[in-house]
Amino acid sequence: METTIKRFTVSIYTEDNVGLLNRVSAIFQRRHINIESISSSVSEIESVSRFTILVSVTESNMQKIIGQIEKQVEVIRAYYHTDEETIYQESCLFKISSDLLFDERQIQNIVKESHARIVTVNREFFVLEKSGRRHEVDQLYRELKPFGIMQFVRSGRIAVTKEKMKITHLLEQFNQV
Amino acid sequence: MQTTTIKSDTSKLQNAQRMTGSEAIVRSLIAEGVEVIYGYPGGAIMPVYDALYHFQDELHHVLTRHEQGATHAAQGYARISGKVGVALATSGPGATNLITGIADAQIDSTPLVCITGQVPSGLLGSDAFQETDIVGISTPVTKWNHQVTKASEIPQVIAKAFYIARSGRPGPVLIDITKDAQFDTLDFVYQKCTGIRSYTPEPQLNLACVKSAAALINQAKKPLVVWGQGVILSGAEEVFRSVIETAGLPAAWTILGASAIETSHPLNVGMVGMHGNYAPNVLTNECDVLIAIGMRFDDRVTGHLETYAKQAKVIHFEIDPAEINKNVTADIAVLGDAKKTLEALLPLLTQNTHESWRGRFAALHEIEYDQIIQRDLFPTKEGLTMGEVIHKINVYSKGEAAIVTDVGQHQMIACRYAHFNQTKSNITSGGLGTMGFALPAAIGAKMGAPEREVVAVIGDGGYQMTIQELGTIFQTQAAVKIVLLNNNFLGMVRQWQQLFFDKRYASTELINPDFGMIASAYHLPTKKVAQRADLDGAIAEMMAHDGPYFMEVVVEPEANVFPMIPSGASVSDIRLS
Repeated sequence: METTIKRFTVSIYTEDNVGLLNRVSAIFQRRHINIESISSSVSEIESVSRFTILVSVTESNMQKIIGQIEKQVEVIRAYYHTDEETIYQESCLFKISSDLLFDERQIQNIVKESHARIVTVNREFFVLEKSGRRHEVDQLYRELKPFGIMQFVRSGRIAVTKEKMKITHLLEQFNQV
Repeated sequence: MQTTTIKSDTSKLQNAQRMTGSEAIVRSLIAEGVEVIYGYPGGAIMPVYDALYHFQDELHHVLTRHEQGATHAAQGYARISGKVGVALATSGPGATNLITGIADAQIDSTPLVCITGQVPSGLLGSDAFQETDIVGISTPVTKWNHQVTKASEIPQVIAKAFYIARSGRPGPVLIDITKDAQFDTLDFVYQKCTGIRSYTPEPQLNLACVKSAAALINQAKKPLVVWGQGVILSGAEEVFRSVIETAGLPAAWTILGASAIETSHPLNVGMVGMHGNYAPNVLTNECDVLIAIGMRFDDRVTGHLETYAKQAKVIHFEIDPAEINKNVTADIAVLGDAKKTLEALLPLLTQNTHESWRGRFAALHEIEYDQIIQRDLFPTKEGLTMGEVIHKINVYSKGEAAIVTDVGQHQMIACRYAHFNQTKSNITSGGLGTMGFALPAAIGAKMGAPEREVVAVIGDGGYQMTIQELGTIFQTQAAVKIVLLNNNFLGMVRQWQQLFFDKRYASTELINPDFGMIASAYHLPTKKVAQRADLDGAIAEMMAHDGPYFMEVVVEPEANVFPMIPSGASVSDIRLS
């Protein structure tokens, strides 16, 4: 039996209906699989939602889970991809005391070198935004931590595939109806 | 709700009638051809009951004595008739009581539409009286579920519910309707659902796969068919018979596949699985081509997966793509409705008889007959066996009865020994193993096929889980023949305790009431049999009786069901004692 656990990005195209997130997440929960990150948004066409879920499982388990997800009435299609097959990003926000921006020269260097963006600055705090791979976000976090972070939040992974998604043609048909 | 139904015709709105949501629910059910529904009233579903009051001639409501009974009755109705079973309940505890039946229907692919009342939409999430998140609770055990908060959604959602429940691989659907949506009014037009863009009920038939399957079957020297309920659900019985007769394929069944072809058919080699027949289990691990049709390789069928049919090429005919390679890897997967795929397969098969291979089944059957079957059906020792009771039912029903069973030893014995001449005759809880299934399911079965004899065979444990449905039988006079096989034990658990827990009978002995008195209290004719000499006459009397009947048979308390594949063992390590 296959035992190698790999990280997969699961992309699920669904109808935009109440309760569907619960139905999809229950499929992972039932198999005692932790969802590492999840994000939900509209897809390339307006009436279709897209979930992007990050999980670590064996590939054979992944295939079975995809089968169970696709079986759900309101799921249009589901796919899984490895990191190599996708372009993926996460996004994060840091809220940091404004004093540090002026007092700690090092912070300005960190901001510059990490290609992070200052979203807003006021007397009390400034907000830093960074998009990128998990390790880049983690590195920025480690660098800023010693100075004191007032708030930190990181989004789930979002990803697009390098190859054309097999669903594209179907979605185009949906758009024509 | 998003408009996901493919075809909608707004021109019909001109003929719309203004009515309440609750009347729309009832009219929608009638439009779907529903004749009978099973349910239990309560606060949040009262407007629907009020509407039902006005449609009593068109829609028969059966008041069960517990909501679990309503779902099981709806299942029994669905399983014998092939139609969608409908259950109705109020919010909160009424809704949660449906869950066992819904979960049972989900795992056994039974089409159900369950409608629950819900607190008014303004109170959702407020912990209102009898509020429970039934959509959340039922999500993992339904094929689809949906909450309706606006009266105008009702016809479309009910149409979608029936379409989903009965199409493709059937299953249970739950519709939760808030009380304000039941009271509000709408312009009612009913249009059946014919498609949902995100849902493909059956995969498209791939002729190339059918051809590869045919080639493999035609080359096989030692083929074995294992069929499941898919044959019955797709109405494939006749073409299935032609397939096995043409290619001379010995065919074994899973518990839910039983009765698709008659028990006496020369190619019917019996049941596979934990308490199945000796020959098909042993020869699963000798066949060269295993042809699985409409079955899902449940662990009770396969035993230890790593040693299951490893020598064989596996062909899997299946409607649900998620079942392919789930438990057993298929060399050839033929996706689609069993009837359509088998119809495509039939003309490609070459005539064969496989006589010497079939001889192996006969030889192994003889061993099982000598060591087990004879002793079960024609015992000489004191103490009645469950098998001889089933044998007498076979004799007096002439194999025409539908047998509804509960869960445990009696279920295995009934499935092993019941004679079925007609399809849709074995109604039991397979995947979920729900004790308490049989009594209410038998009521539904009798109503789904009033012309048929329905015999409920139940153990003393499961019987007491839904015994209150005797009240439903009394009130409706559903002519169910109840055969209670009483061994004063939870027999199957006791058997495992004997074999695997050194006879430590922890909480398996039952101190039982006088079952005859209980049935008599519901004015059922009753009979108790404790001696072999009385059995024949009693069964004859029961079968001849016109109306419901209760019979208790006191059977040997510590008898075991064999053959048996111990949990985790290989199918070929099946034990005869």
